[in-house]
Amino acid sequence: MNWFDQHLLSLLIWFPVLGGIFVLATGDDRNAATARRMALGFSVAIFALSLPLWTRFDTQTAAMQFVEKTPWIERFSVYYSLGIDGIAMPLVLLTTFLTVIVIISGWQVISQRVAQYFAAFLIMEGLMIGVFCALDAVLFYLFWEAMLIPMFLIIGIWGGPNRVYAAIKFFLYTLLGSLLMLVALIYLYMVAQGSFDILEFHQLPLGATAQALIFFAFFAAFAVKVPMVPVHTWLPDAHVEAPTGGSVILAAITLKMGAYGFLRLCIPITPDAAHRFAPLVIGLSLVAVVYIALVALVQRDMKKLIAYSSISHMGFVTLGFFVFETMAMEGAVVQMISHGFVSGALFLCVGVLYDRLHSREIATYGGVAKVMPVFAFFLVFFAMANAGLPGTSGFVGEFLVILGTFSVNGWYAAAAALTLVFGAAYTLWMVKRVVFGPLTNSAVEGMNDVDSREFLILALVAIAVMALGLWPAPLLEVMHASVDNLLAHASVSKL
Amino acid sequence: MTLASLNLWVIAPEILLSVVACLVLLIDLFLPADRRPGVGYPLALFALLGAAMASLMGLDNGSMTALNELVISDGVGAVLKAGTGIGTAGVLIYSREYARVRGLWRAEYLVLILFAVVGMMTMIGANHLLTLYVGLELLALCLYSMIGMQRDSVRAAEAAMKYFVLGALASGILLYGMSLLYGLTGSLSLAELASSSGSFAPTNLPLLTAVVLIVAGLLFKLGVVPFHMWVPDVYDGSATSTTLFLSSVPKLAAFAIMLRLLAYGLGDWVSAWQDMLAIAAVLSISVGNIVAIAQTSIKRMLGYSTISHMGFLLLGFLGGTAHGYSASLSYVVIYTVITLGAFGIILLLSKPQFESDALSDLKGLNHRRPGLAFLMLIVMFSLAGVPPTAGFFAKLLVLQAALENGFLWTVIVAVVMAVVGAFYYLRVVKLMYFDLPDQDDQVLSAPELDHVSTAARWVLTVNVLSLVLVVPWIGNLVDWLTRTLGTFGRL
Repeated sequence: MNWFDQHLLSLLIWFPVLGGIFVLATGDDRNAATARRMALGFSVAIFALSLPLWTRFDTQTAAMQFVEKTPWIERFSVYYSLGIDGIAMPLVLLTTFLTVIVIISGWQVISQRVAQYFAAFLIMEGLMIGVFCALDAVLFYLFWEAMLIPMFLIIGIWGGPNRVYAAIKFFLYTLLGSLLMLVALIYLYMVAQGSFDILEFHQLPLGATAQALIFFAFFAAFAVKVPMVPVHTWLPDAHVEAPTGGSVILAAITLKMGAYGFLRLCIPITPDAAHRFAPLVIGLSLVAVVYIALVALVQRDMKKLIAYSSISHMGFVTLGFFVFETMAMEGAVVQMISHGFVSGALFLCVGVLYDRLHSREIATYGGVAKVMPVFAFFLVFFAMANAGLPGTSGFVGEFLVILGTFSVNGWYAAAAALTLVFGAAYTLWMVKRVVFGPLTNSAVEGMNDVDSREFLILALVAIAVMALGLWPAPLLEVMHASVDNLLAHASVSKL
Repeated sequence: MTLASLNLWVIAPEILLSVVACLVLLIDLFLPADRRPGVGYPLALFALLGAAMASLMGLDNGSMTALNELVISDGVGAVLKAGTGIGTAGVLIYSREYARVRGLWRAEYLVLILFAVVGMMTMIGANHLLTLYVGLELLALCLYSMIGMQRDSVRAAEAAMKYFVLGALASGILLYGMSLLYGLTGSLSLAELASSSGSFAPTNLPLLTAVVLIVAGLLFKLGVVPFHMWVPDVYDGSATSTTLFLSSVPKLAAFAIMLRLLAYGLGDWVSAWQDMLAIAAVLSISVGNIVAIAQTSIKRMLGYSTISHMGFLLLGFLGGTAHGYSASLSYVVIYTVITLGAFGIILLLSKPQFESDALSDLKGLNHRRPGLAFLMLIVMFSLAGVPPTAGFFAKLLVLQAALENGFLWTVIVAVVMAVVGAFYYLRVVKLMYFDLPDQDDQVLSAPELDHVSTAARWVLTVNVLSLVLVVPWIGNLVDWLTRTLGTFGRL
């Protein structure tokens, strides 16, 4: 282990934060161009910096890699402790990749308080990477909560007309869940006799009642973030009001933090409670998969539709976790990554339309393919990926989850498979109404096709979606050891 | 008894401050009116910082009593005294311009502040019920008159009156409790109280009565529910510079007397007062946070916020353990720094004819003064206890201490209420960042200060940014504070 490997994660966390501060220092909108270029420079550099995570990653072990551990608050034995395994590593790469995309996507659209906008995204990038890398409970909580602040500001400052309501709802929902998790973490600290080490928490013997209470405290935090029915209502509001970049990060990464929390904390720390309450979680997931898909079907607002589609797809993720089967869990992790690309891309597409006509209503559009053929290609492609068309990344995740679930319980699988129908229905119907058909709105006729900037970001994401769909083996290989280890750990009772 | 055996240097900070206070008063008589504050202000600053330095020098000397065991100097006392001195220096720096344009910046104002600090330091170093009471009253009398100094303001007069009447009542209650203790133990010395309190049965009714009265008196001074009614009125009615003073440093002194009286003097009686404190803490956190939502004035809102924060402070006391006391100590220190920043920002936002103390005055602050808006953002998230600010660690410590002592439900209520609290702190952020200022607003039209002190700006920036920048070293800070506590509390 050389110096670079030991501090790579720290660099990935603090370099963006530092970059954000530098961008912030460019001051007001007179220096907007500098702020944009600096932000892009930083985000590309950070993405490049994160690539060694992939190349130097050892896929044979489930142990934490790139670990770094220094004492921080000695009285409470809190450590500045970082490390990633095969589950966290792809998420870090997803974060660094999408931040570049988001920064390019906000290039022209954001004209007010430019420096603050880009700084918020860079700082948030660092904090989100921190969540995926933290191996100390206090550190985890610190990043988990701190990440709310830039997101709150992004929704509130650059969002739509109802942004204040959405921002405050977003913050309070997540805060309540998080604080209950904090109580659970402090409790675990006392059971562990003075340690906040998450990996030590994994080994703690806990009674049935304690596990149940801790499980629900974690569940409150992560279910809100994922989000699961019935605490999902903040998501459509936040998504609709957030600026395009905010929606992309929210859908692509923030939601994954909740799912990641289940894998890192909830399931390994309280395996018995997780098994005991698995039917509940599976039930809620299936409600999300089926019912929320139906809700998505009737939306008039494109962003709302994609938001509900996100909830539905995240239901797949939690379903895959809680059937406790290797294939399903790997499928769920693939689904996390894939949904990050696909939902992010769909929000970018809506952003492209919104920038032109300032409307997210499906009814406003129609016949877009006639005036924007290139854009139409991308929208149709991402819609297909969202519906789980074979050859795209959406297919791999959903297929693996259904396959894995089928080996555990055929009914669960049958219900989950319905989404292939519903998902196709709401996505394709939206595409049909927006892209095809006659030109009904004269304003649509005047729209220009995507410019090179928009083409670049959509093409980059499209390549990622295709690559993951056609050849998911590298991703599966990376996570295989970690998922196996997690399932083996979860199958041993702690009682 | 020789002069040397009195160990006078233990109270060197108090002596220095008293001498300078008298000097400032005297000099005032011989100077022309326009030069008076120019001399008094640096003198006062020098005295405060000198007193802080003097206290810090006694940090490593261990526990030492003086004046026939009337006062004590120990680690925690040294830290709190230094905090009082430095914090008050900050108060002076922040409030100078504000008080000057409002005609409050007179020698008397400085003298009252200096004597209030003497009172606080006496409380902090008290080793005897009488010393403690004298310090408390000295502080309270200075505060009453500071509030009342704004003679042309009806609200200030009301606040002063209210504070005075209720404060006198609370002092009476406290004094009654002390007299019962004297009747039982035959001594007013805290050391003797501590050694003899173990000889009473836990059901001893007179002692229980004394404990109840003392706790009630202390809770009043802290401004904890159900003795909180004075807080919002006094915060709101006083001139902002006075609110800044009375909301920040006196909390350090209040913490000190809690520590001296409950943790030390009545330390064996944890079971008698811990439930009372638990109920008061839960009520305080709930009432403070809920009522704060309905406020339209920042000062009132921060008043209710203080009530809830004092509830959090009490959480550390519940178990009577060393961990708990150190958590509360860290809490009160961090809280004082946050409050100084909060009112400091309001002071810098005010203009000669304009108080800037309504919540709506913050609208669109990010457009007008992005720097100050950012500082206020940090303050608000610190108050809400959101990481990565020091406010989060303060909350983490007290919650951990309370959980350790088995107060699970208290902690859960506190946590839920913290979410309620987050709402009104977020509203401030919303006003500053999401809203635009109304064009016809006084905020824009009121004339600016002709001279804004750069010292105040710099100190304020350091003050607020320290809340975030301290985080990597927060462990060292907590360890250091814990070490100063020495032997307080059970382990």
